[in-house]
Amino acid sequence: MLGDLISWFGDGANWRGSGGIPAQLLAHVEFTLISLLIAAAIAIPLGLFVGHSGRGGVLLVGASNAIRSLPTLGLVTFLFLLISGAEAAAIIGLVVLAIPPILAGTYAGVSEADRVVVDAAVGMGMTGRQRLWQVEVPVALPLIMGGIRNAVLQLVATVAVAAYVGLDGLGRFLLDGLKILDYSAVAGGALLTALLAVLLDLVFALLSRIVVPQGLRVAARGAAAGGTHP
Amino acid sequence: MIEFQAVTKRFPDGTTAVDELSLSVEEGTITVFVGPSGCGKTTSLRMVNRMVEPSSGTILVGGEDIRTPHPAVLRRGIGYVIQQAGLFPHRNLLDNIATVPLLSGWTRAKARARAGELLELVGLPAELGKRYPAQLSGGQQQRVGVARALAADPPVLLMDEPFSAVDPVVREGLQDELLRLQDELDKTVVFVTHDIDEAVRIGEKVAVFRTGGLLAQYGSPADVLRDPADDFVANFVGKDRGYRGLSFLDSTGLTLSQVPTVTIGAPVEATGSEWVLALNEQRQPRGWRSPGSAPSAALREGDLHAGGSLHGHGSSLRGALDAALSSPAGQGVVVDDTGAYLGVVSAETVLEVINRGSAG
Repeated sequence: MLGDLISWFGDGANWRGSGGIPAQLLAHVEFTLISLLIAAAIAIPLGLFVGHSGRGGVLLVGASNAIRSLPTLGLVTFLFLLISGAEAAAIIGLVVLAIPPILAGTYAGVSEADRVVVDAAVGMGMTGRQRLWQVEVPVALPLIMGGIRNAVLQLVATVAVAAYVGLDGLGRFLLDGLKILDYSAVAGGALLTALLAVLLDLVFALLSRIVVPQGLRVAARGAAAGGTHP
Repeated sequence: MIEFQAVTKRFPDGTTAVDELSLSVEEGTITVFVGPSGCGKTTSLRMVNRMVEPSSGTILVGGEDIRTPHPAVLRRGIGYVIQQAGLFPHRNLLDNIATVPLLSGWTRAKARARAGELLELVGLPAELGKRYPAQLSGGQQQRVGVARALAADPPVLLMDEPFSAVDPVVREGLQDELLRLQDELDKTVVFVTHDIDEAVRIGEKVAVFRTGGLLAQYGSPADVLRDPADDFVANFVGKDRGYRGLSFLDSTGLTLSQVPTVTIGAPVEATGSEWVLALNEQRQPRGWRSPGSAPSAALREGDLHAGGSLHGHGSSLRGALDAALSSPAGQGVVVDDTGAYLGVVSAETVLEVINRGSAG
């Protein structure tokens, strides 16, 4: 089995052309990032609004949980039959998958910002918008980035369903391999998917380090080391 | 400076937090709102900068109705210090302190320079400016909270239980610091606390609130302690209010007596039937020799009984009584500004002065 897997990776034919490993990897990354961008563009503003205003929080959590329970494969197939556009169906399905973790992170980050800190921001004379951008968003960034990383992992694992509606991506190796009983292709595709997930998570971990303000990282380290001074 | 005119706050659930409050806070004083929880003291404070909107009545700050300016503009002109400081965790100390100047449109350079000055004003070294709040102790954070409130030099400072989350020793230091700052800056300060000791310690005026948002008494700390308006106030200020009231009586009328003294390091004879006070070279009291102590070629500090608290001549009668009661000899040691021995007072002498004071 391991030998088959190695020879699959070693076979130059698998690296060439529109169906080769690099092309499918690229397609997989493309689907992931496009879905992530669209989901973030919807979920972050919505989470900020609800968390900042405090209105509709219960509705949001309920809706988010409902969406979470939708099976992505079923949704994509259904959309494909409905609108008969493979790419649109796949991307809508993936966006729906990625919205709940980003929404939950953003909403939690903003609404759970320390009450005392928010009170101070208002009392200092910040307008609602200043409070949002100067205090609530920076303080929420660790949780927002956590939601995004969560979404990335789920997306990488699920983009494979695009293959069901005839699209490219690492799912091709899984699906096509199963069809012709080429198990080394199935294993190779699965391994590549896992490696991609690890790699992208590292990239987003790095991004998170760059965007999260230093003061919050200091605070998190202090809390991890057994709390700050009394 | 701050006028409450028949101000009432009712919450949607029907509870009355503040009931027809009329009170005038004088310019340049520290006025303390004190009372048990649920008495409306914090709500009253938070109505001044419109963190809470009154249900009825009017509040004037510097003669102007607080409803005239935009709330954000009003708040930038009023310093605000809260419990646990509420510093912005993602900003370093300088940027925290510069918050209001930056909101008011100062240039970044000018705001930073001002923040540096304030850091030193509240007794923190300038090097801390680049640190983050999580790297400070609770007491240090609260100092930064005070600096942040003072940054735009507002005439009014609102302080909502600012020192209640720190331990008693640190709290006392912060109270002293506030009094020192007030000497220098002369702000109009409204300070909320549930601690009557803190109230009489820092307040020039004390407003005692009772449950239901009613003002029970408003006057100087000495008045409130000496002459509580009713049973509620008497109970709230506590059974030892008479003793606390001594803080406000000065002791210049005390007649000092003398006891025999010896010098540490010198040869001493056996003591007779009375206590002998041991002094060092600067004539500062170091302890007592008990009656019946043996002679010695050179008196050592280790042979002495620890003395009680010392009473600085002319400070409050409370200190004099403390000194007398805590001394092993039953004689409170009175010292001058340099800590040198002046004389002693007994508890009886202090009580005589108190009796004369209340008789006259």
